[in-house]
Formats: sequence, C-alpha cells, structure tokens
Amino acid sequence: MSDMVLMKGNEAIAEAAIKAGCRHYFGYPITPQTEVAAYMSKRMPKIGGVFLQAESEVAAINMVIGVASTGKRVMTSSSSPGISLKSEGISYLAGCDLPALVVNVQRGGPGLGGIQPSQSDYWQAVKGGSHGDFHNIVLAPASVQEMASLTVKGFELADKYRMVSMILADGTMGQMMEPVSLDIESTYSVKKPWAVTGTKGERQHNIVNSLFLQPEELEQKNFERYERYKLIEANEAMYEEYLMEDAEICVVAFGITSRVAKNAINEARKQGIKVGLIRPITLWPFPKAALLKAADKCKAFISVEMNMGQMIEDIELSIRCKKEVHLCCRTGGMIPSPEQVLAKIIEVDSKEA
Amino acid sequence: MATVNMLFAGFGGQGILFAGKFLAYKGLIEGKQVSWLPSYGPEMRGGTANCSVILSDAPIGSPIVDKPDVLIAMNLPSLDKYENSVVPGGKIFVDSTLIGRKVERTDVEVFYIPASGLASEKNIKTLANMIITGKVIKEVSEIGSDNLEAALNKVISARHQDMLKYNLDALNIGAEL
Repeated sequence: MSDMVLMKGNEAIAEAAIKAGCRHYFGYPITPQTEVAAYMSKRMPKIGGVFLQAESEVAAINMVIGVASTGKRVMTSSSSPGISLKSEGISYLAGCDLPALVVNVQRGGPGLGGIQPSQSDYWQAVKGGSHGDFHNIVLAPASVQEMASLTVKGFELADKYRMVSMILADGTMGQMMEPVSLDIESTYSVKKPWAVTGTKGERQHNIVNSLFLQPEELEQKNFERYERYKLIEANEAMYEEYLMEDAEICVVAFGITSRVAKNAINEARKQGIKVGLIRPITLWPFPKAALLKAADKCKAFISVEMNMGQMIEDIELSIRCKKEVHLCCRTGGMIPSPEQVLAKIIEVDSKEA
Repeated sequence: MATVNMLFAGFGGQGILFAGKFLAYKGLIEGKQVSWLPSYGPEMRGGTANCSVILSDAPIGSPIVDKPDVLIAMNLPSLDKYENSVVPGGKIFVDSTLIGRKVERTDVEVFYIPASGLASEKNIKTLANMIITGKVIKEVSEIGSDNLEAALNKVISARHQDMLKYNLDALNIGAEL
C-alpha cells in the first residue's frame, strides 16, 4: 500500500496525463474541473511543460489543435458549458484526424445549468457532439484510479486511431478523493509521419487541414474514417460485469451511478433478487455485444443515469429491443440514492415476474 | 470493522474538509478502503461545508454518505440539516460552544463537546475541528487511535509542519474528554 496516495479525481487526471507524456495543457477554469488546471499550473513549469490558461475555452481548444498538429500529446479540460464552447474545435480535430485528449467533468444543464454533478452530456459525447460525420472515443471512469488509468488509455487510443479521446466524468468523480496508485506509464507509442514538424528540406510538406472542397475527396476521407471506427467498435469496447452470472435483471450504469447501483444491487441480492450490473467503461464504442448477450438471459434492464435517460437508446439498440429497458434517474445535479435504485429493482422484479 | 460512514459538517473555514481528509489518510495508512467526498461550490463560502468519509474493509460503492453512522456537526444549520439522516444507533458529535440546542433524536448516542470554546481557551483557536475529531477517534472504536502523527504528516503541508504539534495537542484534548 505504500505507493498509494489520496488524490482528487481531477488531480489524478492531471498527474496521469503527465505520466503519459503530455507536456502541453491548455484550459480555462470552470467548476467542477478547475483542479485539473490548478494541478497543471503547478507541475508543468517544473518539468519543462507548458501550462497555459487561455482567454477562453475556444482559444484553448484551438491551441490544442496547434500542438496536436505537431504530433505531441496534448490535452484540455472543462465542464459542460465549456465543452460546448470547445465543440467547434473538437470537430476540426476530427476533420484533421488529430489525436488529443478532452476531459469533461460534467455539471447539470442545459445552459449555464448548475455546478453539481451530472451525466447530461452523454448524447453530446457519444454522438460526436459537434457538426460533421464523426465520433470521439468516450471513456467513463468510475473511480479515482480509473480517472488516472483511463487518461493514459485515452492518450494511447487517440494516437492509435488519430482522433479525440474524451474522458466523460462528473463533478463527483472530479472532487472525490480515493487511494490511487500512480505507478502507471504509457507503454504504447506510434510513429506520426503526418506531424507538422519542419521538413528540414528532406521531405514533402505535411498539411493538416479539415477543408476539402471537392465532395469526392471529402467523401473518401469520411469513408476512411469510418473504416477506423469499425475497427474501434470491434476491438476497443470495455466494460465491467458485476454479479451477472445468474442475473435476471441487468442494471446498466456508468461512472458514479454505477457505484450507487452496486450498493443497491448488494441490498437486492440480500433480498433474493437476482440482479447484476454491466458498467460500460467505453461509452463509444458502446459494449453492444455484452448487452446483447445479457438480453438472452435477463428478463429486463434498468438504466441508472444522472440525466433524463439518454443512454437508454444505446441500450435498446444494443439489445435490439428484445427486452424492456426501465429508467431510474435524477437530473439537474441530483444523484440517485441506493434506496431509489433498490426500489426500482424491486418494482421491475415484481412487474416482470 | 465493516464500514464506517461519516459525515463532517459545519461552515467554511472550520477545517471540516481537513478533519475528514485526516481520517481518510489514517485509513489509507492502515490499508483500509477509503473515500472522501467534499461538498463544493458557493455553499462553502460562509454557508455549510461538509464531507463524506467512508472507511471500510471492503471495496466502497457509492462515496456519498446520506445515512451516516457518525455525524460531526460544527454549526446549527448542519445539525438541523443532518440530524434526522443519522442511522438509528449512530453517533452524533456536537460542537456545543456553537450549537445551543440539544439533539432531539433519542435513538442515537450524542456527545456534546465544547470544541470551539476549548480551542480558544487553549490558544489553538483554529483547531476545534481536531478537538472534536480526537473525541470521535476515542468513541468510534472502529477508527482506532494508531497512526495519528503519520496521518497528520500526510495532510499538513511541508511549510506548515510547525502546526503538527498543535494538531496532536488538539486530538489529545478531545480524547481526554
């Protein structure tokens, strides 16, 4: 245990990014993710990195585009309204096929919303979240340890597939402290022959660009991108199963709500209800195969979310509407209680008996 | 020890988050599963501040303590807000210098500690939080009284090391009540 430290989730993201080789951070403060920027402002100058508090979120994401063009690992972080401001830049990163890490520590919305935790940017995150035909890889940590490990994973996947990885956390995950081992490093690296690093007179110019005025050419670009997305969907989906071996009811939840759900599931098991959990760790790609498999043996699904039920659509598509998907949710910055989830499990169990 | 769910509550500046962090670090040193979750936002400035701390032998599910086994209330709004959330048989620690009223519940164990008064008297005015924490450590046997100095070392920053002694003194004052 000697190498475990107590750290806020936001700080764990920042330190893990540094461990992963990120030396460029551009951000703008917003609750509840400001500790990422605060941590970077202290650490980056000491290790020869760049911390820059930009004049706005829009400026920060455009600085990310600049560094990403040179092939260096780069990141920005914000919370919900700030991510909307960055969305134009995220689309440009996709259009330029540039790797970068974007962190969203979600708060309640829409609009300026509130500052308490939420998962209401699910659709925005998993559907690309900006204009154009594209996806981001979306990772949903459920512990401070995963805030660190998925940050490293995010950089690696971004490099591997030349696209944006997004950490989709929430205010609770960002603010809570748990023991974390920072004995982590990035073992994956890839050559980036496309990077804009100066030709030194030895090669043709590299051009990083998202403007393609010939529709034939733009179509080919999008086709090529979707070939990569197919590979990602086939190979990169991650999930955790909890007590699913004999489960008749399958709870689906990610991030903080998966932890609330585990408390409720443990209670329900004591009452003899066979219930388990599938926790998507990647929200895009969504762990469709695991859910479809569960649909053949479970009588019903319950989606536990901190929004009005945005993930239900992905669950229904994954299980091809074979079973009913019930919703247990809070929104606007409220967090479901284990009692609320337990009551829903009991209700669904008796309804589907 | 199975699991102890604690809620520290008071107003901003009383060291509510610090006291919780101290016990979380103590648990970490002892190889327990721990979580610490603060309230955040505007309510911290002059209003109520609170933090959920869980110490457990088993992996921790939700880090949110909405039914505490142990409530530490350091101002009246906190006692008003959380008194009814304590589980039956739980323990409530009240800073009786700042809270005039008594706990109304009869199914919980209550400890009245004049922590803020004692802190002023002993000239460690900012450490009422640690006096009350000293009493908590004494009365909640699952927490245990080992590794106090080691845990303080983790939560007191290098440039405030001179405060370590005063924190230990405060914990001792609480433990002797």
